[in-house]
Amino acid sequence: MKPAAFEYSRPADIEEACALLAADDGARLIAGGQTLVPLMAMRLARPSRLIDIARIPGLAYIRDGGDAISIGATTKQCAVENDPLIRAKLPLLAAAIPHVGHTPTRARGTIGGSLANADPAAEILLVAATLGATLTWREGAETAEAGIAEFVIGPMVTTLPQAACLTEARFPVWPDKRIGIGFHEVNARASDFAFVSAAAQLALDGEGRVTRIALSLGAATPFPIKLDVDALIGTRCEEPKVRDAVAAALEGIEAMEDLHASAAYRKRAARTLATRAIMDAYKDAHARRT
Amino acid sequence: MRVELDVNKQMHAVEVEPRTTLLDCLREKLLLNGAHAGCEHGVCGACTVLIDGAPVRSCLMFAVQADGYAITTIEGLAPAPGELSPLQDAFCETHGMQCGYCTPAMILAAHALLAKNAAPTREEIVDAISANICRCTGYAQIVEAIALAAERMRGLNRPQEG
Repeated sequence: MKPAAFEYSRPADIEEACALLAADDGARLIAGGQTLVPLMAMRLARPSRLIDIARIPGLAYIRDGGDAISIGATTKQCAVENDPLIRAKLPLLAAAIPHVGHTPTRARGTIGGSLANADPAAEILLVAATLGATLTWREGAETAEAGIAEFVIGPMVTTLPQAACLTEARFPVWPDKRIGIGFHEVNARASDFAFVSAAAQLALDGEGRVTRIALSLGAATPFPIKLDVDALIGTRCEEPKVRDAVAAALEGIEAMEDLHASAAYRKRAARTLATRAIMDAYKDAHARRT
Repeated sequence: MRVELDVNKQMHAVEVEPRTTLLDCLREKLLLNGAHAGCEHGVCGACTVLIDGAPVRSCLMFAVQADGYAITTIEGLAPAPGELSPLQDAFCETHGMQCGYCTPAMILAAHALLAKNAAPTREEIVDAISANICRCTGYAQIVEAIALAAERMRGLNRPQEG
């Protein structure tokens, strides 16, 4: 388990990082390395050059933009885990982060790294899909952005150009007064990759009826997908209705299969976890009643 | 490439290939063999070291990335040669090990926990070592060792009665 040889560069700023990337097709960015280095150890990745952006100033931050929270690409997962702003404004991300790897990987792993690697089971990606995050990158002197749905197109495949460096992820903050969140995943052990994960966020009106709902499924499909459960708008999330809405939303979706979990199992677990996530979100919104 | 590493409060200048992991550098260049090579792809936790006090996989970090951080290995925990830290002592006392392969990493993970939480619950202890695999003990005596050390370390800071 030794990586193949590579060159190592530590650019001073993002312009230099982009120039290094553009000069070498085999080059890859590294920040925390918690996804990339295992791939290199197994020689599934053999970059010719690693461009280390972990210490580039101004790429690690958590900023309140009012209707969204912006997180710099090299912000460590452990920083997000312990941030009061995230807890207050992005409770779904706060709930999912403790499930991302484990304490040692979160001490090095970054938000941008997780999103750019786009593992189907990545919890940060799931939250980004649920909330409809926007990703920003630099390519040379150009800045571009894309919604998460246009960004991730396959398992560990994104539309990020080869010479681009992800700079920021912007997570929308719902303005609704009463929101609730639910997150569930099933895996072989607490810190391992999920077989299936589900994230839900909803908003209630003063009467306790759903006004807005977002649900996503992770790990079961090549990349996290949003499920349409708008049928629950106007309801009080009575369990049979939630079950029906989830079942209808899952129809026609093909689950992945591997040694650890069959497609049938993943589909069954998806139904259960999505239902639980919504029920939890509803209870959570009630508990947050002001 | 030349890199300067701060390991156990001592500066070391080493010449490494970029692909040399921090783990291999510690073991082969600095002869600090307490960090163990297990899976070498981030799953088993045997290679855990502390980077600025936080447990980190030294197999998932290249030595060339590690300059400027305070790196602590198991060799840096004992207060003096021939002595043991309270955690090391507790692991001996409760026999929180069998083959010993996971032990340095378990102790470092526990050390990081107790540095920020002097009175952890059982759940917090279990969570703190959940990134580390032990194939011998069944974990019970490891958890017992950490709880014992925590209790003793709290006692050290308590004013003596009478």
